[in-house]
Amino acid sequence: EARALAEKLAAYRGVWVFVEQTEGEPARVSWELMGKGRELADTLGVPLSAVVVGSRVEELCYESFCYGADQAYLVDEPVFRHYRTEAYLKAVCRMIDDYRPEIVLMGATGLGRDLAGAVATVVGTGLTADCTGLGIDDKRNLMQTRPAFGGNIMATIMCDRFRPQMATVRPHVMPLPERVAGSSGTVIRLRSKVREEDILTKVLEIVSDRNKDQVDVAGAEFIVSGGRGMMGKENFVLLQELADELGGVVGASRSAVDAGWMPHERQVGQTGKTVRPKIYIACGISGAIQHLVGMQDSDVIIAINRDPEAPIFEVAHLGIVGDLFQVVPALTERLRSLKQKAPETAVCSNG
Amino acid sequence: MLVVVCIKQVPDTTQVQIDPVTNTLIREGIPFIVNPYDAHALEEALRLKDRFGFRVAALSMGPPNAEATLKKALALGVDQAILLSDRVFGGADTLATSRVLSEAIARLNRQEKVGIVICGKQTIDGDTAQVGPGIATRLGYTQLTLVDRVEKLDPLQDRITVRRKLEGRHEMVDAPLPVLLTVVRELNRPRYPTVPMRLESEEATVQVWSNQELQLDQEGIGLKGSPTWVSRIFSPERQKGEIVGDGAADPAGAAKLLIDKLVSSDLLVV
Ligand SMILES: Cc1cc2nc3c(=O)[nH]c(=O)nc-3n(C[C@H](O)[C@H](O)[C@H](O)COP(=O)(O)OP(=O)(O)OC[C@H]3O[C@@H](n4cnc5c(N)ncnc54)[C@H](O)[C@@H]3O)c2cc1C
Ligand SMILES: Cc1cc2nc3c(=O)[nH]c(=O)nc-3n(C[C@H](O)[C@H](O)[C@H](O)COP(=O)(O)OP(=O)(O)OC[C@H]3O[C@@H](n4cnc5c(N)ncnc54)[C@H](O)[C@@H]3O)c2cc1C
Repeated sequence: EARALAEKLAAYRGVWVFVEQTEGEPARVSWELMGKGRELADTLGVPLSAVVVGSRVEELCYESFCYGADQAYLVDEPVFRHYRTEAYLKAVCRMIDDYRPEIVLMGATGLGRDLAGAVATVVGTGLTADCTGLGIDDKRNLMQTRPAFGGNIMATIMCDRFRPQMATVRPHVMPLPERVAGSSGTVIRLRSKVREEDILTKVLEIVSDRNKDQVDVAGAEFIVSGGRGMMGKENFVLLQELADELGGVVGASRSAVDAGWMPHERQVGQTGKTVRPKIYIACGISGAIQHLVGMQDSDVIIAINRDPEAPIFEVAHLGIVGDLFQVVPALTERLRSLKQKAPETAVCSNG
Repeated sequence: MLVVVCIKQVPDTTQVQIDPVTNTLIREGIPFIVNPYDAHALEEALRLKDRFGFRVAALSMGPPNAEATLKKALALGVDQAILLSDRVFGGADTLATSRVLSEAIARLNRQEKVGIVICGKQTIDGDTAQVGPGIATRLGYTQLTLVDRVEKLDPLQDRITVRRKLEGRHEMVDAPLPVLLTVVRELNRPRYPTVPMRLESEEATVQVWSNQELQLDQEGIGLKGSPTWVSRIFSPERQKGEIVGDGAADPAGAAKLLIDKLVSSDLLVV
């Protein structure tokens, strides 16, 4: 029995990353996954493949090579212009049946979760959600680590009797690999057999929210976030000033969003955005676990809180215990004065 | 037409504590609540009932005490509540969970045609958002996830138009029934039970279906039917950082120290 299982598993080889796109625009998380996928493929000694499905999306195959893929499976037909579960499900399941990867990774986005859940059900395999860590054990199985119970615990999940092993990863959890321009790979062109007549769902309209709230918290390199300690909407201008000096954006805890001080698009945490900036400054945020799961992978976390016992200090790399209404303007002030000095030093070193 | 709403009873994760010695979840004394997203699923089902006169059935898979959750659904006005409870359903991952739920829906469908199944976007404990797509795929229903508005429902044409909330965009999608929707909080505001309804619901009973009723092959359910398993559970590790200066007595001094520290360690370039 053990032998039969081993044979079944060995029939599956290679690491796949699904390249998510909307109207041809790739989702950044796909390239983040490409970096992780490369690592896993190297450990296993197998190729890394991009899975590109859409209409007029061949360009994304070449882009995936720049982020580390060895080859790309491409299904490029008008029926895939808009994402519809039925169509994409059929295309991806057919590829899995024909080419048998051992690992399939997708972004834990609205689209990625929609597709991954359907694919795993049809293929009859396991799917681990929102992984924050992926590694290979000594039996070539994928170890999938993820938070659960609102981030209170971490669990390592295995799917060692089934293939492919499927996992989703939230945006900004894995670092973006460096893009190496001009990298090459093989494009494998496939036909899907999906016919428009068979697809019952129609996408009537796609409305971008971008112009409503231009600020992209999830992609920002510097974030200054405010919580209930901000006391009111008008005080967020203090955070905006600091963010402007840093070249960053203002985020918020759920309490601040629920109070109507900031729009939901700015919320960081379990039910908001996951962020991974270079610097995250939490002002008047206590550090509830649901907030922490959204920002704990930031490179540097700074907490400003007047309560030295606030749990935010447990994750912060640097902290100031004090009144944010005094500390935040002082931070802004210090940055401004350094910037004013900076040109002088430049002149000195030149001369 | 029957509308089925899936609700899960979950521990209130804001109150979860970790045993510092054993590093495991302390389960005793944690209150159970209706998964918050499922309250919105339930509300939408009741609104469809109010508007179109559809019948609503609530389904939950879980231990016997999950009956309390279904009692609440009855108090809010669902016509039928079914608890799927059996030891052999236990230890299920999302593949096995969606198997049991979809079989129960198929069973209901044999009595009265199911047009719409509504689930929450995700739970606050398992937090996978996989059960909805799992049910839809098994039943062959069109899946419409992350719905924040039911734009139009045409019971004569059997078509539904919904708005989906995705990253940075909304999509308006039209599909024929039957469909499975997963819903987000923005969809609606859940109602509260009225006193007469609460009293009335005390008479109503929650039906319990075990595998006696569903007759599912044990290989496909519970622990056995779950491809994934949890190999390790641990607390997220955190290392305590450094408190800079005396922010209470000298906020400006502490701020200066902090910024200078960032600059001197090349974390910040000015
Ligand atoms: C299912 C679920 C999902 C959730 N999802 C999220 C999520 O995505 N994101 C999220 O953030 N939360 C989320 N929450 C809510 C979370 O549990 C907390 O309630 C929330 O994060 C608290 O916000 P806060 O830190 O701003 O407020 P509080 O906890 O009230 O903290 C305010 C802090 O400000 C400090 N303070 C007050 N005045 C000052 C001052 N003048 N100077 C300095 N410090 C001051 C206080 O000491 C305190 O620590 C979720 C909860 C649930 C149940
Ligand atoms: C620490 C830990 C980690 C886990 N990680 C994974 C994992 O990565 N992959 C995996 O496959 N399983 C995982 N599981 C198992 C999973 O939590 C269970 O299968 C669970 O019963 C269903 O998943 P969910 O809570 O994530 O539901 P979700 O898929 O998030 O639920 C979506 C919706 O489906 C409906 N629904 C879900 N469960 C029920 C129910 N029992 N009764 C009625 N309606 C329901 C509700 O409408 C709900 O809003 C994990 C379990 C633990 C303890």
